[in-house]
Amino acid sequence: MMKTRTEAIRAAARTLLEEGRVDAVIGYVQGTIPLRAQPFVAYTPEECDRFIWSSFCGGNLASIASGRTDRVAVVAQGCVSRNLNGLVHENRIQRENLYIIGVPCIGMLDQRKVEAKLFGRNIEFLKRDPEEDLGEIVVGGCNAMGECYEEVIKRRDVKRDNCYTCMHRNPVGADTVVVEPVSETAGGDINAVATPWMRFDADRRWEEFAKNFEDCIRCYACRDVCPLCYCTTCFVDESNPQWCGKTQDSADVQTFHILRAFHCAGRCTDCGACESACPQGIKMRRLTSMLEKDVRTLWGHEPGMDSTTKPPLSTYRPDDPEDHFK
Amino acid sequence: MQHRILSKDSLAAFLEGLRKEHVVYAPKRDKKVPNKMVWKILEPGESPLFEFANTDMSPKDFVFPQSECLMRFRTGEDGTSVLKPIEPEPRKTLLFNVRPCDGKGLSFMDMIFCQDEQTNDVYWRDKRERTLMVGLACNNPCPSCFCHEANCGPHSETGLDVLMTDLGTRLLLKPLTDRGATLVDGLPEAAPGDVDRAEELKGTVEASMKPVIRTEHLEARSLMDAYNLPYWDRVCEACINCGTCTFVCPTCHCFDIQDETTPDGEEGRRVRNWDFCMSPLFTLHTSGHNPRGKKMARVRQRFMHKYKYIPMKRNGEVGCVGCGRCVRLCPVNIDIRDVINAMNAPAEAKPEGQEV
Repeated sequence: MMKTRTEAIRAAARTLLEEGRVDAVIGYVQGTIPLRAQPFVAYTPEECDRFIWSSFCGGNLASIASGRTDRVAVVAQGCVSRNLNGLVHENRIQRENLYIIGVPCIGMLDQRKVEAKLFGRNIEFLKRDPEEDLGEIVVGGCNAMGECYEEVIKRRDVKRDNCYTCMHRNPVGADTVVVEPVSETAGGDINAVATPWMRFDADRRWEEFAKNFEDCIRCYACRDVCPLCYCTTCFVDESNPQWCGKTQDSADVQTFHILRAFHCAGRCTDCGACESACPQGIKMRRLTSMLEKDVRTLWGHEPGMDSTTKPPLSTYRPDDPEDHFK
Repeated sequence: MQHRILSKDSLAAFLEGLRKEHVVYAPKRDKKVPNKMVWKILEPGESPLFEFANTDMSPKDFVFPQSECLMRFRTGEDGTSVLKPIEPEPRKTLLFNVRPCDGKGLSFMDMIFCQDEQTNDVYWRDKRERTLMVGLACNNPCPSCFCHEANCGPHSETGLDVLMTDLGTRLLLKPLTDRGATLVDGLPEAAPGDVDRAEELKGTVEASMKPVIRTEHLEARSLMDAYNLPYWDRVCEACINCGTCTFVCPTCHCFDIQDETTPDGEEGRRVRNWDFCMSPLFTLHTSGHNPRGKKMARVRQRFMHKYKYIPMKRNGEVGCVGCGRCVRLCPVNIDIRDVINAMNAPAEAKPEGQEV
């Protein structure tokens, strides 16, 4: 595992609980199968020894902190710290009740990409998980006949899509940062993610959008893992009146995804948790990338860089650009 | 019934024979998501895949579609409702290379949907009778599988019409039902050595699966004792309450029925959709009261249903086949095997009947 980060997170968490500065620490523990990590809330210093940091902490712990009223510390890389700032701004968390344990991040890996490379073989262990952006992981396993393998995979070949274009890998507004900062950006061009949409006309956009979400099973994992989605009752769960049909009819499925994306516009930190959570492997970011690019271009806004700036779509200025109302 | 043998070289001809009366589906690699396995029509000339763990979604959708129109209705001339039943589809479906856990899954759900004369779901029964399953024994269970401990197993036969064992260049076919016997009729009989080889493989594979869950205390434990375990407060902290575990599960069978009408209310349809106990809406009453209003109660429900309520009502049967899908696909890695072990572990219970 990522040893330096793991140890530093444990030490920071332990101290906070020992000194009574927080009531709970939210972090990750080792998953029950390789290439997974499990969110965990520690209430005692002893429990902090279970915390880990790995290349597979692909959820978003801000969602777990959201709405809590006790004093919590949250283990947060760049994107998650920005979500925490956003949640403070939106009054989901009181800043004085929050302690951000910042983790400079070298990008999370996509377990689906690793599994695809090893298709048909059992993955039983992750032997090496280095703390270098361009390092190599070693995974392996055995079959029922006792034949074993080990495979070396370059991190850069299996990163999550969003981690290639990350703009803020270091935590923003953290109370402590557990290791030395890493280079701020991942190198990829975030605006390029939305480029295909720019080339398409309206019909083609609709076609691509429909195709992208055609496998959705409406489990709502994307919504439920997302720190931006905290409505007490989501519009798809309203029953009186019922805004959205319950079937697999494409109109209902598409309504959910479009509306959710617009609710999140200008607030999304591109953390990628929705894509990591989706059991169907749907590329949610195909939709959010364009929205966020518009927000950056039209208003020069990057979500979660502090906890005081209002997201552009929550506010109105007389000089707001109106070119997009067509 | 007599075992048959089929060389993989002759597979195409065998499948062609099956296609005469059935639409043949098989697990295939998804085109968009390269590690994902999906059920798709096996086109003529296409070879089925034998080296795979399992499909990401169980095949329950073939018999219990996620959205299913039960009937249509319209307002008649005299203002009364006119109901129009849905004509059952005549086509037969054949699932080729279905894993034993999924055969067991459909067989488990027979017990739910077709319990007796009063509870005999025609929509389920009709499609179930038209769906044949040619199983492929697991020779390489993945680390998240625990079928051998969930009244199933890597070579389990329950629910299947034929069980195939991959012997390398050849397949051993064991017909298990009359329908299965008809399917393999015409294939050469297997030599005793082939049957022995399959038995040996079964032994090796079963032995390779380590014991991971314990249920002996859970069986003895009172319902309220298990219900009030302090553990539920902890496991629910990580749960995001999505529907992934229930939707990928081959035994989860809850549904919701809705009427959808045109804006003028003149026409409509009645639809049955998968529903899931993780959703607050699942138990929301018209009054506004929700008996499972808290996340903890919803998380507890799923595991209690599978490993306490069903065993109590159904003679030790569990609502789980150990396929490991929820373990692999849960966004926050809640592992049902850990939950079962926690339900089995002796723990201090809360006072009985506590309000949730």
